Amino acid sequence: MNKPIHRITRAMLAATLFVSAGAIHAEERFITVASTTSTENSGLFDTLLPQFQEASGIEVRVVAVGTGKAIKMAESGDADVLFVHHKPSEEKFVADGFGVERFDVMYNDFIIVGPGADPAGVRGAGVNEALQKIAENGSVFASRGDDSGTHKKERSLWSAAGVEPGGEWYRETGSGMGATLNVASGVGGYALTDRATWLKFANKGDMAIVVEGDPVLFNQYGVILVNPAKHAHVKVDDGQAFVDWLVSDAGQQAIDAYRLEGQQAFFANAGG
Amino acid sequence: MSQFGDAAGTAVGLVLEADPTLVEIVLLSLRVSLSAVVIAACIGMPLGAWLTVSRFPGRRLVISVLNSLMGMPPVVLGLMVYLLLSRAGPLGEYGLLFTPTAMIVAQTLLVLPIIAALTRQTLSDLHREYDEQFRSFRIGPFAGTLILIREGRYSLATALLAGFGRASAEVGAVMIVGGNINHVTRVMTTTIAMETSKGDFSLALGLGIVLLAIVLVVNLLVSMLQWREKLA
Repeated sequence: MNKPIHRITRAMLAATLFVSAGAIHAEERFITVASTTSTENSGLFDTLLPQFQEASGIEVRVVAVGTGKAIKMAESGDADVLFVHHKPSEEKFVADGFGVERFDVMYNDFIIVGPGADPAGVRGAGVNEALQKIAENGSVFASRGDDSGTHKKERSLWSAAGVEPGGEWYRETGSGMGATLNVASGVGGYALTDRATWLKFANKGDMAIVVEGDPVLFNQYGVILVNPAKHAHVKVDDGQAFVDWLVSDAGQQAIDAYRLEGQQAFFANAGG
Repeated sequence: MSQFGDAAGTAVGLVLEADPTLVEIVLLSLRVSLSAVVIAACIGMPLGAWLTVSRFPGRRLVISVLNSLMGMPPVVLGLMVYLLLSRAGPLGEYGLLFTPTAMIVAQTLLVLPIIAALTRQTLSDLHREYDEQFRSFRIGPFAGTLILIREGRYSLATALLAGFGRASAEVGAVMIVGGNINHVTRVMTTTIAMETSKGDFSLALGLGIVLLAIVLVVNLLVSMLQWREKLA
């Protein structure tokens, strides 16, 4: 009479068995890499990681967060390798003893994107001039506001331009690059973004690149093995294998070969 | 409006193709949320039953706390589990952060108060109804509880469903403790959040539709069982 309930119970037990069966999967050889949303969302890892896994047999599990959070993750020992883009923070990470050694891997560049109508009239300007105009004009500027590499970069660009951003027009989203671009796109504002995320971003609307090519917009990525002296459980050999592969000819060629919407998204420069 | 059209198209396309990535994500979502509900039920239902029949000082306080925990923001819970499981945290040595296990732990803690509180509520209501009969037939608290559970089984099943709904729909906790790692801890809600951040709204909304459909199917299944029971 109360069969249906038994059936629910049985279904749940079956589900649990199915769950425990899945747990076996976890025995594989893998490393955890703390990286940024730009490398993950651009699709770069989707091409790089299978190549590395084929060469080494090591699975790479990427947790993609802002550079600030990625560094915190690595500092607490929750990652084996750190792969981010804010050189001063990375050097401090190594200097503080959390990382073994920092290697340049690749670069791309930041760009300023904005509404096609360009209300602040910044198209083609240098970065300083563009930011000053946006502030003077009170045009909406969407900032990451999340202590990510891009946010750190943006803060340094404002201070170089001699502007202290704030007020109604300056919107800190406190979220990832894509979410911030969604805000900019939604309200017709400007934003600083890395080129790879922009190329892949699907909700551009009438937005376009307004400032690019200024040397200060250079965006260097670096890779660091987390220091086993701080965290004994760090997978030193497998983590080092990943670092070595990234800066090797094979890894560097794989980075250069990656195309996003028909364009080269990252430029390998491990050689210096 | 065309975005909703695109999204519906994307959703149907994804399901029809049985896209392997989608299947993997859906299966992991089910695995995590079902495990969480099963574990939470094993702890929460006895806890709820115990709170119904037992009398001890501070019981009301425990019940109030339990009821408040039902409204725990997933992101706060996620952060707490993150700090517990982080290598720098008290349970760090087990290396559970960024694994499906971590996600199950977080969702279990999220769902546990819901199941326990709803169980207690259901059984208490029935208890008031049956109290006099139990006394006149001299049925003890243990046997009495079993009878109450049997009588309240559909409400209890609904409590499980509520738990499953909460677990499968939350994104805050699994994003933090799982890390949204491709092929390892990427579930439906974290994929939706990620695709939204990439500006790929139709894929995100399409996945949302799939998620809704799953919850709907589970609900229909339970109401079908209830309906058959009424006929029997």
